[in-house]
Amino acid sequence: MAEAGSKSLEPGRDRRSERAAARRARALRGGAVAAVSSVVFLGGIAALILTSPGWPLVRDSFFDAEVFADSFPGIAKAFWLDVRVFLIVEVVVLVLGLIVALLRTVRAPALFPLRLLATVYVDVFRGIPVVLLVYMVGFGVPALALGETADGSRPLSWLPTEPVVLGGIALALSYGAYVAEVYRAGLNSVHRGQRDAALALGLTEAQALRHVIIPQAVRRVGPPLLNDFIALQKDVALIAIIGVTGEAFREAQIESSRIFDYTPLVAAALLYLLVTIPLARLLDRWERGRARN
Amino acid sequence: MSPAGRPVLELRGVTKAFGELEVLRGIDLEVHEHEAVALIGASGSGKSTLLRCIDLLEEIDDGDIFLDGEVITDPSVDAVSVRRRLGLVFQAYNLFPHLNVLDNVLLGLVQGHGMGRAEAERRARELLARFGLAGREGDDPDRLSGGQQQRVAIARAFATRPRALLLDEVTSALDPELVGEVLQAVRDLKVEGVTMVLATHEMSFAREVADRVCFLHEGRIVESGPAEKILSAPERPETQRFLRRLLEAGRA
Amino acid sequence: MSSLRHLSALTLAVLVALFAVACGDDGDDADVGAEETTAAVSAEDCTPEKLETVKPGVLTVATDSPAYPPYFIDDDPTNGKGFESAVAYAIAEKLGFAREDVEWTVVPFNASFAPGPKDFDFDVNQISITPKRAKQVDFSSPYYVANQAVVALKDSPVANASSLEELKDTKFGVQIGTTSLDAVEQVIQPSQEPSVFDNSNDVVTALKQEQVEAVVVDVPTAFYLTAVQVPKGKIVGQFSAPGGDEWGALLEKGSPLTDCVSWAIDSLRESGELAEIEREWISEKANAPVLE
Repeated sequence: MAEAGSKSLEPGRDRRSERAAARRARALRGGAVAAVSSVVFLGGIAALILTSPGWPLVRDSFFDAEVFADSFPGIAKAFWLDVRVFLIVEVVVLVLGLIVALLRTVRAPALFPLRLLATVYVDVFRGIPVVLLVYMVGFGVPALALGETADGSRPLSWLPTEPVVLGGIALALSYGAYVAEVYRAGLNSVHRGQRDAALALGLTEAQALRHVIIPQAVRRVGPPLLNDFIALQKDVALIAIIGVTGEAFREAQIESSRIFDYTPLVAAALLYLLVTIPLARLLDRWERGRARN
Repeated sequence: MSPAGRPVLELRGVTKAFGELEVLRGIDLEVHEHEAVALIGASGSGKSTLLRCIDLLEEIDDGDIFLDGEVITDPSVDAVSVRRRLGLVFQAYNLFPHLNVLDNVLLGLVQGHGMGRAEAERRARELLARFGLAGREGDDPDRLSGGQQQRVAIARAFATRPRALLLDEVTSALDPELVGEVLQAVRDLKVEGVTMVLATHEMSFAREVADRVCFLHEGRIVESGPAEKILSAPERPETQRFLRRLLEAGRA
Repeated sequence: MSSLRHLSALTLAVLVALFAVACGDDGDDADVGAEETTAAVSAEDCTPEKLETVKPGVLTVATDSPAYPPYFIDDDPTNGKGFESAVAYAIAEKLGFAREDVEWTVVPFNASFAPGPKDFDFDVNQISITPKRAKQVDFSSPYYVANQAVVALKDSPVANASSLEELKDTKFGVQIGTTSLDAVEQVIQPSQEPSVFDNSNDVVTALKQEQVEAVVVDVPTAFYLTAVQVPKGKIVGQFSAPGGDEWGALLEKGSPLTDCVSWAIDSLRESGELAEIEREWISEKANAPVLE
C-alpha cells in the first residue's frame, strides 16, 4: 500500500530502529540547542554584570573569597542550630495544624467553643507577620513571666524565657495556622462519598476520619506542606532578633557589621540554599508523581 | 431472622425536603425477608435520597423508618449501630483509593464490627473470590475496571452480613459491557436470599432480580406490584408514560 | 538519554566556572585602605564652595533611626541636641556651612557601609573605627573615645562586682554592630555566649525582663540607660575596649571630604570645643568605677 510520496519498504530495513535513531538525534539536537542557548543567555547576563562599572565594588562587598573562607566555618557551625530548630518546629507544626484543621472541620456541637477558638487562631496568626510574632513572643512572654503580685510572688514564672524556645513557639504558632488551612483544604477536598461509604460500613465519624478521610487528605496535601516547610526553614533566621545565640544568620550579621562586608551574609544564604534546593527538587518530584496518578 | 410476617424494613410516611425542594412526600414501603424490591423512577424522583434516608445518611423530616420492627429514625437511636446492620452500595463505587482491594473489604469488618483480623480476612477473600476477584486482593482500586470496582464495593457492603442491602443505581456509571458482571453478582446474592432494595434505571435488571417493583413519581410511590406486572402492564398513567419514554430511549 | 544528561552537566559546569571567575579575592588591592596619611588641608580648602558635597552648598549628614539619647534627643537630629548632633553641627560650622544648610538623612546602620556611592556626606552613628572596616569606607579622625560599661539591675547578683573576673559566668546582652560584643568576648571572656540584639531598645528590654543578667554598652549609653530607661539598673563599672574604641564619622571610600572633615574634628579638639560638647552631653564619665 505505498502511497504517493512514501518510500516503499526495502527488505531488511528496520523501521523501528530508524525511528529510534531519529528520536535520539532529535533529542540530541534539542539538548544542544538548550545548552547553547543557556550558555549564551546566562553567560550574557553574567557578562553584563561582570563588566559593569559597579561590579568590582559589589564583588568586594558581597563575594570576597577571603572573607568567605574566614567566616564560613563559624557560620556553618551555627547553622546546625537552625537545622535543629526547624526540624523540631516542623514536627510541632504538622501536629498542631492537623488538630486545628480537625477542630474546624468536625461539626459536633459540644466542640463549638474549640471550633471558634481554632478559627480565631487561624485568622490571627496568619494575619500577623512572622517577624512581629517573634518579637511579641520573644519579649512579651518574659515580661509576663516577670509579673509580680502584691506579695512579690511571680505566678507566671514557669513560662519559658529561653529565646530559642520562644522563637520556636512563635514560628510554630505562625506556621501552624498556615498548615491548618492546608490540611483543611485537603480534608475538604476528599470526596463526600468517601465519608458516606465509611459511615455506611458502620464506622463512627471518628473512625471515618481516622481511617478514610485523614489518610487521603494527608496524601494530597504533601506538596503544599513541603512548600510551607521550605518557607519555615528560611524564617528560622528570624529568631535571631530576640537574642538567640549561635544562629547562622545572626553570626553572619555580627561578622558582617564587624568588617563592613556583606560576604558572610552570602555565606549564610548559601547554607540555606543547600537545604532548601534539594527539598524543592523533592517537592517537584512528588508533584510529578501525583500528577501521573 | 425476623419472625414470619414482620418486614425487615418498614417506611411510614417518610418525608424529606432539601430546603424548598420536596424530594420525598410521604413514602410507605415494606420490605420482607429475602425480598428484593426495585425502585424505579425518573432521575430526581428521590430513589437515591430514599436509600440514603434508610441508611441514616440523611435525616428525614417526617415519618418513621423501622428496621426489624424497631424505629431507627428517632434521635435517641444510635445511628452507627443501625448502619452496621445495613449495607449500601453506591453508584460511584466510593472505594477507598488509599487502601488495596482486600483492605477495602476488611475496613468495615475490623473497625466497624470489631472482627478479628484473621477471621475478617478469611471472609473477605472468600467473598472476593466468589465475585470473581481472586488474585486482585493486593491491587489498588484504580487498577480495576469499573465492573470490578463495583463488585468489590458489593463485596465490601455484603461482607458485614447486613439485614438489608441497599443498592443505589449500581450499574448506572458502568459501560454497557461491564454491566453484566455486576448483574451477575447481584443475581448471586438474590439466589442466596439477601434482602435487597435496589434503585435502578435498568428495567431488565429489575425484571430479573426484583420480586416487587415500586415506581417513584414526584416523591411518592405511585404504583407498586410484582415486577413482571408493573413492567409489562402498568396501570397508572404516570407509570405508563415513564416506561414508554424509557422504551423510546432504548432502555426498557 | 545519557547524552542529554552529559550536555546538561557540561552547561552547568560552564556556568559554575563563570561564577567562580566572578568571585574574586581582593588580594591585589591590599593597599586600598592604607591611606591613613591625611594630606595637609586648611581652612581655605574646606569651604562649602570647594567641598564636593552630594548636594552643592548643602551638608548632608546621616544617622540611623530611631536616634538614641544621649547622642540625639527626641529622635530629632535637627534640634542640635545630643552629643552627636552637636558634634555634627560643630563640624558643619567649622566647614563654613550655615545651620540651615545642614540636612539630615536616615541611613540604617547596615546600609551605611554598602558599596557604591552614598547619598550622604558623612554618617555619625557611634561607629567604631577599625582597620578592617577602614578597608571598605573612609573614617574621619576620631571624635570620641568610648569605654564600655557593664549595667545590671540593682538586685542582680553581679551588681556589686568589682572585677572582671567576677563577671565570667554572667549572661550578657549586647547590641549588634557595636564593639561591645568584641569587648565582652575579648576582655571578659564569659563562659556563656552573649545574646546579641538588633538595637539598643531590645537590649534594654532584655535587661529589664531579666532575659540577660547584665548588658554591656558604651559609657554614655550606660548613663542614659540607668538615668532614664532602667531606673532599677546601675552601672557596675567601666573598662576599656580592646585596642581602645574610637568613634569616627563614616564617609564613602575615597571621599573628597574626608580630609576636611578630619581637619574640622581636629580643630574642634584643639580648640577645646569638642571637650565642651562632651561635657555638656556626656558628663560624669569619670564617675563609673573602673573594672579590671
